[in-house]
Amino acid sequence: MEALDLARWQFGITTVYHFVLVPLTIGLAPLVAIMHTAWVRTGNERWLKLTKFFGKLLLINFALGVATGIVQEFQFGMNWSEYSRFVGDIFGAPLAIEALAAFFLESTFLGLWIFGWDRLPKKMHLACIWLVAIGSTVSAYWILAANSWMQHPVGAIYNEETGRAELDGVGGFFEVITNNTLIAAFSHTISSSFLVAGTFVAAICGWWLVRAHRAGRTDEARSIWRSGAYVGLITMVLAGGAVGITGDYQGKLMYQQQPMKMSAAEALCEGEEGAAFSLLTIGDLSNDCAGVRHLIQIPGLTSYLGTGSFSGEESYLPGVDQLQAEASEKYADQYGTDQNYTPNLFVTYWSFRLMIGLAGFSAALAVAGLWLLRKGRVTDSRWFARLCLVAIPMPFLASSFGWIFTEMGRQPWVVHPNPANPVDQVWLLTEQGVSTVVSPWSVLTSMIAFTLLYAGLAVVWFFLMRRYVREGVEPPKPATDDGVGPEATLSFAY
Amino acid sequence: MDLPLLWFLLIAVLWTGYLVLEGFDFGVGMLLKPFARDETERRMMLRTIGPVWDGNEVWLLTAGGATFAAFPEWYATMFSGFYLPLLLILLALIVRICALEWRGKINSPVWRNRADWAHTVGAWVPAVLWGVAFANLVQGMHIEVIDGNHQLTGGFFSLITPFTLLGGVTTAALFVTHGAVFLALKTDGELRVRAGLLAQRLSVVSLLVAAVWAVWAQLAFSANAFSWLPLVVAALALVGVVLATRAGREGWAFTLNAVAIAAAVALIFCVMFPNVMPSSLDPAWSLTIDGASSTQATLTVMTVIALIMVPVVLAYQGWTYWVFRQRLTASHIGPAEGLHPSNVRAFAAQDAQAQ
Ligand code: HDD
Ligand code: HEM
Ligand code: HEM
Repeated sequence: MEALDLARWQFGITTVYHFVLVPLTIGLAPLVAIMHTAWVRTGNERWLKLTKFFGKLLLINFALGVATGIVQEFQFGMNWSEYSRFVGDIFGAPLAIEALAAFFLESTFLGLWIFGWDRLPKKMHLACIWLVAIGSTVSAYWILAANSWMQHPVGAIYNEETGRAELDGVGGFFEVITNNTLIAAFSHTISSSFLVAGTFVAAICGWWLVRAHRAGRTDEARSIWRSGAYVGLITMVLAGGAVGITGDYQGKLMYQQQPMKMSAAEALCEGEEGAAFSLLTIGDLSNDCAGVRHLIQIPGLTSYLGTGSFSGEESYLPGVDQLQAEASEKYADQYGTDQNYTPNLFVTYWSFRLMIGLAGFSAALAVAGLWLLRKGRVTDSRWFARLCLVAIPMPFLASSFGWIFTEMGRQPWVVHPNPANPVDQVWLLTEQGVSTVVSPWSVLTSMIAFTLLYAGLAVVWFFLMRRYVREGVEPPKPATDDGVGPEATLSFAY
Repeated sequence: MDLPLLWFLLIAVLWTGYLVLEGFDFGVGMLLKPFARDETERRMMLRTIGPVWDGNEVWLLTAGGATFAAFPEWYATMFSGFYLPLLLILLALIVRICALEWRGKINSPVWRNRADWAHTVGAWVPAVLWGVAFANLVQGMHIEVIDGNHQLTGGFFSLITPFTLLGGVTTAALFVTHGAVFLALKTDGELRVRAGLLAQRLSVVSLLVAAVWAVWAQLAFSANAFSWLPLVVAALALVGVVLATRAGREGWAFTLNAVAIAAAVALIFCVMFPNVMPSSLDPAWSLTIDGASSTQATLTVMTVIALIMVPVVLAYQGWTYWVFRQRLTASHIGPAEGLHPSNVRAFAAQDAQAQ
C-alpha cells in the first residue's frame, strides 16, 4: 500500500473511533445537566442518583473522547500536510477557535463539576455541568464549520501565485461560519447525538427497570428507573423527529452541492425521473453500475429526498455515469481524462441505508417504552429488557455510517468543488492532500500503533461502561454511616 | 501593527501557557510511581492535578490550532517533519489521560498499579520529547524547498543530536522540578515536607542542565544578541528556585519556576527569530515568519477572536485555581470509591436481603 491509502485508513479509523464517543458526550452532557437541574429544583433524591449514575458514565466516555480528539487535531499536519498548506488560511481558524471557545469551557468546567460537589454553592455547581454541555455543542459547531467547508467551500479565493486557497477578506470568514452546509450538518449531527444519548439513557433505565422489578425492588424501578427512562424516551421522540427533518434538508442540499453523492447513495447509473429508493440491491456495486439490480423499491423516494418531488420533470436525478462524464470533461485540463470521480458505490449505498435503517431500533424502543411505561406503570417484560440491550449500539452505528457516507461519498475530493457558486480552483483531490515527506513505513507504524492502542482502550472503555451500568445506583446508606464525610460528596473524584 | 509578528508572539505565549501549566501535571505524573510511598500519597498527588489537567492540556490544542490558522506552512512542515516524535507524544498523552481518569474507577491494587505505571511513563515521554522538538527548532533542521513548499526531509534520525537530546533532558528536569514544587505548594503534612526536600535537590539539577543547554543554544545557534535577555532571566529565576526551595518558600519557588519555563520558551523564540523553522542545509531555505503566515484577513479575524476569548479563558481558569486553592491533606482522602472489578454491589446487597 502507498502512504495515501494508509493515511486514509488511519484517518478513517481514528475519526470514526473518535466519533463513536463524541455523540454520547454531546447528547449525554445536557441530559445529565437536566437530571442535575431536576435534583436542585425538586430536592428529590432520585434525580441525584440518576445524575451520579449517568455522570460517571459520561466521565468514563469523556476521557476517551478527549484522548482520541487530540490525535485528530495533529493528524492534519502529520498525514495531510499538503492539504493543510492548501486550506490552512481558511481551515485552521475554526480549529483554533474550537479550542479557544469550546474545549477550554468543556474541560475547565468539567473539572469544576467533578471536584466541586462540596466546594461550590449548589447553583454554581449546577451551572458547571451546563457549561460543559454548552461547550461540547459549541465545539461541534466549529469542527463542523471546518468540515462543511471541505464539503462545500465558500468565502474563499484561489491565489494563483501560491497555488493555495485563501480567505476572501474578513467577510469570507462570515461566509464560512454561515455556510448552509454547516447549518444543515450541525443540526443533523446534534439531533443524531441526542438520539444516541436518548436511546442510551432510555435503554439502560429500561433494562434496569425490568431487572429491579423482577428482583422485587419495585419502588426503585418506579421511582428511579422509570423517571430516567422517561427522560430518555422523550429525548428520543424529539431527536428522532429532528433527525428526519434535518436529514431531509441535507438531502436537498446535497443534491445541489454534491449531486454525485446523491446518485451514488442510490447507485443510480442512468438519470431518472421519480427515482425510487431501494431497500435491497444485488449485483456488483463496486463502481460499475452495469450489474446492479434493485430488488425492493419505494417509488420516487430518492427523487423526493434530493429534489422535493416524487415524480415529474423536476424530480429528475442525474445518473452516476452522466456525472462522471461531465466531471471528466470539466477537469480534463487539470487532471486528464482518466480520473475517476465516482465514489465507492458499495460503501455509499449501504452506509446511507444503514444510517437511516438502524434508527428503526430506536423507534421500536420508543414505541415499546412509551406504551409499557404509560401512566405510572412498570414492566417485567423480558423481551423489553432484551430490546433495550439490542437498541443501545444501533444509533452509534447509525451515526458512524452517516459519517462514512458523508466522507466517502465526496471522494475522490478532499475539498469538493462548489458547483453553485464556483470558486475557481478551490478544490483538491484527496491524493493531492497527503504528506509527501512521510514514508509509507511511518504511516504504517502509526496506523498499527493507533489501531492496537485504540483496540485495547475500547476493551477497557467497554468493560468500565458495562461495569458501571451493572452496578446500578447506590443502595440506601446503612444507618451506621456517620453521614457526610468528605468522600460522601466527593464520590466522583479519584 | 505587523500581524504575523503579533502571531509569532502569541504562539510563544500559547506554548508558554501549555508548558508552564501542563509542565507541573507532567511533573506530578513523572513522580507518581517513583516518589509516592503509599496509596494515600498517590491519591493526594493525583488530586492536586485532577481538577485542572484537562484545562491545561487545551493550551496545547490552542497552540496547535493557532499555528495551523496563523502559519499553515509552519504547521504543515513541522507536523509532517516531526512525524514519529509526535506520534510518540500522542500515544503517551492518550495513555496518560486514560490512566489518570480511569484509575479510580476500579478498586483493585493491580488495576491501580497498571494505571500508575502507564501514567508515569505517559508523563516522562512527552516531557522529554517536547524538549527534543523545541531544541530542533533552535538548532535548525533539514529543511528544503520543493515545488515552492518547505519540507523537512531529514526523517526521524536527523532530529536526534546531542544538542536536541540535552534539550529533552532539560525539559524533563524543569518539569519534574515543577511537579515537586507544585506538590509542596498544594499539599500539607508529610507529603509536603518530602516534596519540598525533593524540590531542593531537583532544582539544582535543573539549574545546571538548563544553564548548559541555554548557553549552548545561544553560542552555537542564535543570530540575535537579544536572546541573552531571556537566557539571563531564566538563569536568575532558576537560581531563585534553588534558594526559595531551601527557604521553604513554596509560592515563590513555584512562581520562579514558572518564570524560568516562560523565559526558556522566550529564549527559543528569540533564537529562532525571524525564522520559524531554520534550515540547517541552506539559510535561504529557512521558513520565515512572513513566509509561513496566513493572509491579512485570516490574521485579522484570529486577532479579534483571540483578544476577546483569551482574557475570558484566563479569567475562568484562574478562578478554578482559586476554588481549589486549599492544601490537600491525608484526611481529605477517604476510602477508595471505585467498584470491585466483578462483584456487583447493589445486587449483592439485594440478594442478601432477599434471603
Ligand atoms: C460533532 C462533533 C465533533 C466532531 C465532528 C469532532 N469532534 Fe472532536 N470532540 C467533540 C466533538 C466533535 C466533543 C464532543 O467536544 C469532544 C468529544 C469528547 C470530548 O471530550 O469532547 C471532542 C474532543 C476533541 C478534542 C479534545 C478536547 C479536550 O482536550 O477537551 C480534540 C482535540 C478534538 N475533539 C478535535 C477534533 C478534530 C480535529 C476533529 C475532526 C477531524 C474532531 N474533533 C471531530
Ligand atoms: C467525526 C466525524 C467524522 C467521521 C466519522 C469522519 C469519517 C471519515 C472517513 C471514514 C474518511 C475516510 C474516507 C476515505 O478514506 O475514503 C474521512 C476522510 C476525511 N475526513 Fe472525515 N470524518 C469526520 C469528521 C471530519 C471532520 C470534522 C473533518 C475536518 C474538520 C474531516 C476531515 C476529513 C479529511 C481531511 C479526510 C480526507 C482523508 C481521507 O480521505 O481519508 N472529517 N473522514
Ligand atoms: C430520516 C432519516 C435520515 C435522513 C433522511 C438522513 C439524511 C442524511 C444525509 C443526506 C446525510 C449526508 C449529508 C452530506 O453528506 O452532505 C446525512 C449524514 C449524517 N447522518 Fe443522517 N439521515 C437520517 C437519519 C440519521 C440517523 C438516525 C443518524 C444517527 C443517529 C444520522 C446521523 C448522521 C450523521 C452523523 C451524518 C454525518 C454528518 C452530517 O453530514 O451531518 N442520520 N444524513
